[in-house]
Amino acid sequence: MKITLKVWRQKSKDAKGEFKTYPLDHVSQDMSFLEMFDVLNNDLVRKGEDPVAFDHDCREGICGMCSMYINGRPHGPLQTTTCQLHMRTFKDGETITVEPWRAKAFPIIKDLVVDRTSFERIQQAGGYISVNTGGVPDANEIPIPKIDADKAFDAAACIGCGACVAACKNASAMLFVSAKVSQLALLPQGQPERKTRVENMVAQMDAEDFGACTNTLACEAECPKGISVTNIARMNREYFSAKASSENA
Amino acid sequence: MNWFTNFFSSTLGRKLMMALTGLFLILFLAVHLAGNLQLLKSDGGRAFNVYAHFMTHNPLIVTISVVNFAFIAIHIIWAAILTRRNRAARGPVGYAVTNNSSSLTSRNMGILGTLILVFIVIHLRSFWYETHFGNIPLVDYDGSPVKDLFTVVDVAYTQLWFVVLYVVSMAIVGFHLYHGFGSAFQTLGLNHVKYNPAIRFIGVAFSIVVPVLFALIPILMFLDITIG
Repeated sequence: MKITLKVWRQKSKDAKGEFKTYPLDHVSQDMSFLEMFDVLNNDLVRKGEDPVAFDHDCREGICGMCSMYINGRPHGPLQTTTCQLHMRTFKDGETITVEPWRAKAFPIIKDLVVDRTSFERIQQAGGYISVNTGGVPDANEIPIPKIDADKAFDAAACIGCGACVAACKNASAMLFVSAKVSQLALLPQGQPERKTRVENMVAQMDAEDFGACTNTLACEAECPKGISVTNIARMNREYFSAKASSENA
Repeated sequence: MNWFTNFFSSTLGRKLMMALTGLFLILFLAVHLAGNLQLLKSDGGRAFNVYAHFMTHNPLIVTISVVNFAFIAIHIIWAAILTRRNRAARGPVGYAVTNNSSSLTSRNMGILGTLILVFIVIHLRSFWYETHFGNIPLVDYDGSPVKDLFTVVDVAYTQLWFVVLYVVSMAIVGFHLYHGFGSAFQTLGLNHVKYNPAIRFIGVAFSIVVPVLFALIPILMFLDITIG
């Protein structure tokens, strides 16, 4: 199939970027979207041009590295990761516009690669549990209601790709942060740091200049892992109750 | 008190203010509607005028009305602060192509809110200002003189453009409520599998029924139709 790619090219963080158009006439519909970019980059390298920089790692839809804004939607028209998106989703002769995630908290490094370390700093602010070393505890020693275990698992499915931020008109990170807060707040192991976690993670989220949530639900609609906005409501509850009752004055 | 100011300057603290003031204003709309429906009574405006006199003289109601104005101001100012932040969060360059997966109403609460603000200014100038500072003739009910606010309203609604303005404004209020009602509960963290359907149903019903009843008042008064 033939397609025309309009790709955002930007040499460095502070350089001025622009769209470049690349016609491709030997694209297989069985290729993944990233494989199609590999083909484009092969062509560019052969011509002595700078290949398009883009993030990718596992190419199995579980690492959260790929991050393209395709035809106005994060990860393209399907609710999946870019690596799991195939060219058969597009029409022959279609023009496909590819942009990087756009957020003040995700500055562009090059072309389609954005710096998502703001997510890591939010995680470092509280997205963990402290476990002392010692004897190995028996498996299933701590009883956890099945329904809570399932909810925690659903929240833990977040791969931190940033599609929620990219999709949100406010570039809000609430879905990501709420998934990380919920995952640990729902489990007994997360209880010791429960209040400080949500306080510190929300403070870091604000410090990174992400926007506020206006409940448009675009994040949930675009999340490749189907993270629910019920997590955002849970984070709000956790935050309000932590602020009202924690010793952190 | 550091934690206190800290909380209210966080994005979640500011959103909490939006949700709480929003829910209060929703309650206010219900009370305001209940009072205004008396305009449609075929008693020459007596019930409405007595009610209006009570609302402007009862100390508790007068206090609540000051709170109400304050909450409207907070709702507007906090919205402006949050909107500025949200705009800036996108970064210096926006998207060339956007294919939205969210509803038009949810994305445009700021624009709807601004239009409602314009309506509120016109509405206050027409009736609130007239009630407090205008020269309104008095009517005598059983020996107690009361301002004849009914006639002011009745005359205002003889103008077609004014009726149209009210009907259009109520449609805008309806859309604002359609997103705002459920959104307030979500922000408060009140999201529960048992109660979500009720919140959704009441939110949709409120956002349709209340603006429609509000809009009916100028329409029926324009057509000189009274009920009961």
